[in-house]
Amino acid sequence: MKYFRLIWKNAWRKKIRTLLTILSVFVAFLLFALLSGIGYAFKGGVDVADAERLIIIHKVSLINLLPISYQNRVASTDGVESVTHATWFGGYYQDTRNQFPQFPVAPQEYFDMYPEFNIPNEQFEAFKRNRTGAVVGQELADTYGWKVGDRIPIQATIWSRADGGRTWEFDLEGIFSSDDPRGSTALLLFQYDYFEEARAFAKGTVGWYILRLGKGADAVQVARAVDAQFENSPAETKTSTEAAFAQSFMKQYGNIALIVTLILGAVFFTLLLVSGNTMSQSVRERISELAVLKTLGFTDRAVLGIVLSESILIMLMGGLLGLALGWVIIQGLAQKMAGFLPGIFLSPGAISAGIAMMVAAGILAGIFPAFKAMRLSIIDALARA
Amino acid sequence: MRSLQQVLAVTSLNLRNLPQRMGSSVVAVVGVAAVVLVFAAVLSMAKGFERTMISAGSDDTAIIMRSGSTSELNSGLSNEQVLIVADAPGVLKDGDDSIISAELYVVVDVRKRTSNTDANVPFRGIQPGAFDVRNNVSLIEGRMFEEGKNEIIVGRSAQQEFLGLETGSTIRFGQSEWQVVGAFVAGGSVSESELWTDVRVLQGAYRRGNSFQSVRVKLQNEGSLETLTAALKNDPRIDPDVITEKEYYSGQAEPMTRFIKTIGYPLTILMAVGAVFGALNSMYSSVSVRGKEIATLRALGFGPISVLISTMVESTLLAVVGGVLGGTVAFLVFNGFQVSTLNGASFSQVVFDFAVTPDLLVNGLYVALVIGAFGGLFPAIRAARLPVAQALREL
Repeated sequence: MKYFRLIWKNAWRKKIRTLLTILSVFVAFLLFALLSGIGYAFKGGVDVADAERLIIIHKVSLINLLPISYQNRVASTDGVESVTHATWFGGYYQDTRNQFPQFPVAPQEYFDMYPEFNIPNEQFEAFKRNRTGAVVGQELADTYGWKVGDRIPIQATIWSRADGGRTWEFDLEGIFSSDDPRGSTALLLFQYDYFEEARAFAKGTVGWYILRLGKGADAVQVARAVDAQFENSPAETKTSTEAAFAQSFMKQYGNIALIVTLILGAVFFTLLLVSGNTMSQSVRERISELAVLKTLGFTDRAVLGIVLSESILIMLMGGLLGLALGWVIIQGLAQKMAGFLPGIFLSPGAISAGIAMMVAAGILAGIFPAFKAMRLSIIDALARA
Repeated sequence: MRSLQQVLAVTSLNLRNLPQRMGSSVVAVVGVAAVVLVFAAVLSMAKGFERTMISAGSDDTAIIMRSGSTSELNSGLSNEQVLIVADAPGVLKDGDDSIISAELYVVVDVRKRTSNTDANVPFRGIQPGAFDVRNNVSLIEGRMFEEGKNEIIVGRSAQQEFLGLETGSTIRFGQSEWQVVGAFVAGGSVSESELWTDVRVLQGAYRRGNSFQSVRVKLQNEGSLETLTAALKNDPRIDPDVITEKEYYSGQAEPMTRFIKTIGYPLTILMAVGAVFGALNSMYSSVSVRGKEIATLRALGFGPISVLISTMVESTLLAVVGGVLGGTVAFLVFNGFQVSTLNGASFSQVVFDFAVTPDLLVNGLYVALVIGAFGGLFPAIRAARLPVAQALREL
C-alpha cells in the first residue's frame, strides 16, 4: 500500500493508452454482467426452488391435464404435508405480445404453499371474497401500471368460456411481492372456482399439483409413492422436486449456457490479449527506470509487486465500472423482459466471479512482464538505456 | 500522380515493416476476429431458426384454426367445422376431393440426446392429404404408417436429436405404445422436428373424440385466400382465423428471432466498441514505434496525407484480416451445428441448424471495416501531425 502513489503514477504514464485499456476492460465486464444476468434467467430459478416442494405433472407431458380428484389422494400419501394445484391459462393482455403466466388457483392453499409471496392481509381477504378477483406480482403491476381496483381483461387462447366468450375480466384485488429478489413475480393469480365454473371444457381438471413434504420425509420416496398410486390409470404422473422440474424445463431451451460461455470466453481472451500486450509494452519502455528503482534498494519482490499491482489496478478500474453499469442495465432489463424471460438477475455469485476474473486477468496479464522486471540485472538494464 | 506515388511508396514501406510490430498487430487482428466470430455465431442462430420455421410455410397453403388461437396447440375445431372448410370455395380439388388435412397437434415427452432430459416433442395426427398440402415431404426410410394402427413416422431432425426414435423401435407415451415405422424429410423445415401418425389413432389415444386443432388446405390461386376467408367468416357455424401457412410460421418464429436479435445486435456493438479501443491502442503504439521513421520520411519531403493514408491502410488491413479470420472460424465451427430449442409460441421443440450465411459473413466484414476505420483514424491523424524536428531529436 505504501507504494500506491508510485503505482498510480506509473499507471497513468501514458494517459491515452491506459484510458483505452481501461475502456476495453470496462466493455468486457459490462458484457460479462449482461450475459450472466440473462444466463441466470435460463437457469430457471433453480436457486429459488424450495427443496421441500415437489411438482406433479402428467407423465406424457406438461400440457396434459390431471383430474382434480387426485388432490385428496396425494394429500393422504405418507410424507405429504399439504398439496395444492395450478393450471396454465395462457392468455394475453390486449396484444398477443403481452403474454405472462396466469394461473387459476385455490387462493389460501396456494399462498400457504408459497410463503415467499407477501400480500397485505386486507388485499388477500378481498381476493378470497371476490369470485372474479385476481392478484398480480409487483413486476407485472409495474410493467402495465396496474393498481388495486383496476379491471383487467385477459384474452384466452386456450380456455374459451362456456358462454362462448374468449375474454375473461378480473378485478385486481391485490399486489404481491416476493421475499426473494431472484424470484420472478410476473404472474397473475385468480380463483380456480370461477375458472372451473366458467370454462367451456375439461371441467374437473388441473394442470399440475404442488406438494409440500412433511418433516423428515424423503423427496425421492414420496415422489415414487405418488407416481405409484396413479400407475396404469388414464393419467399417470411424474413427480420431481421443484429444482429438478425447473431445471429440466429450462434445459428444453437447449444449450444456452454453452453459447454464453463461448461468448464470455471470446471476450475474456480478447481482453487478456489487449491488456497483456499493453502491460508488457509499458514494462519494456520502463526497463531503465525499474533498474533505477532496484539500484535505490527496492527488492526483486517489491518490483514484482509494483508491476503486478499496476496491472490489477487497471483491470479493477475498468472492470468495476463495467459491472456497475451492467448492474444498472440488468435492473431495467429485468423489468422490461419480465413477461418473455422472467428471472433476469445479476447474482452476488456472478459479481464475485467477475471480481475474481479481474484479479486473475490482472495477474495473468502482468505476470510475464513482472517476472521480467524482477529478474532484471541492474547493470544490463542500465547499460541498455 | 506524384502524390499517388508517394502514398503507394509510404504505404508499402509501412506494410513491409508490419512483421516488426507483430505483437500489437496480432492483438488488433484477434480483437476484431473475436467480434466477428461472436456476431456471426449469435446471428447465425437467429438465421437458422428463421430459415427452419419459414421454409415450412408456403403461400398457397392456408391454415384454419379457431379464432384467437395463437398456435395450433391451443386451437380446436369440430369434425363438422372441418367438413365446412372442405366444402368452402377457394380450396383446390383433385377430382371431387378437396386437398386438405385436418390435424391434431399434441406434445409428448421424449429424451433429448444432448442433455438426456425430457423435452416437449410435437406429435401430430395427420390425414393422407398432409403430403399434398405440404411441399417436399418425402419418406427416406421405412414405410408409411398404416391407418388405424399405433404406428408413427418421425422427422429426420427429431430422429437425430431425440432418443429412441430409430425406425423399428417402439416408444411409449403414457399408456400407449407406438411403433416407429419410417422417417421423413421436409426440406429442412420445422416439420422435421415432428412425429406423425394417423389422426384417428391420435384422437383415440388422447381422448379427443372427433375433434381436430387445425385444417390445412391447398389454395386454388392467389385470390383464393380472400374467397375462403370471406366464405368462412360468413358462416355462423364456424369462427375461424384463416392465414397462409407462411404467415403462420413467420408469426411462430418471431418472438424467438426477436429475442436473439435483441441480444445479438447490442452484444456486437458493445464488443465492437471494445475492439475499437484495442485497435486504437495497437495503432497508437504502431505510430509511436514508427515515430522516427515517419519523421524521416517527412524530412525527406513526403507529405502528411501519404503518412495518414498509410496508417489508415494498415489499420484497415489488420481489421480485414481479423474479419476474415473470425468469419472463417464462425463458418467452420457453427455452420450446420444442430440444436433444438423450445419454441415458446408452440410450446414444443424445434430442431434447427445454425446458418452462417454469406450475407452474415459480409455484414461481419463490414463490422470489421468499421472497427478498422475508427481504430486507425485518430492514430493516423497523430502520425500526420507529428512534429518532424521533435521526432527526429528523439533519435
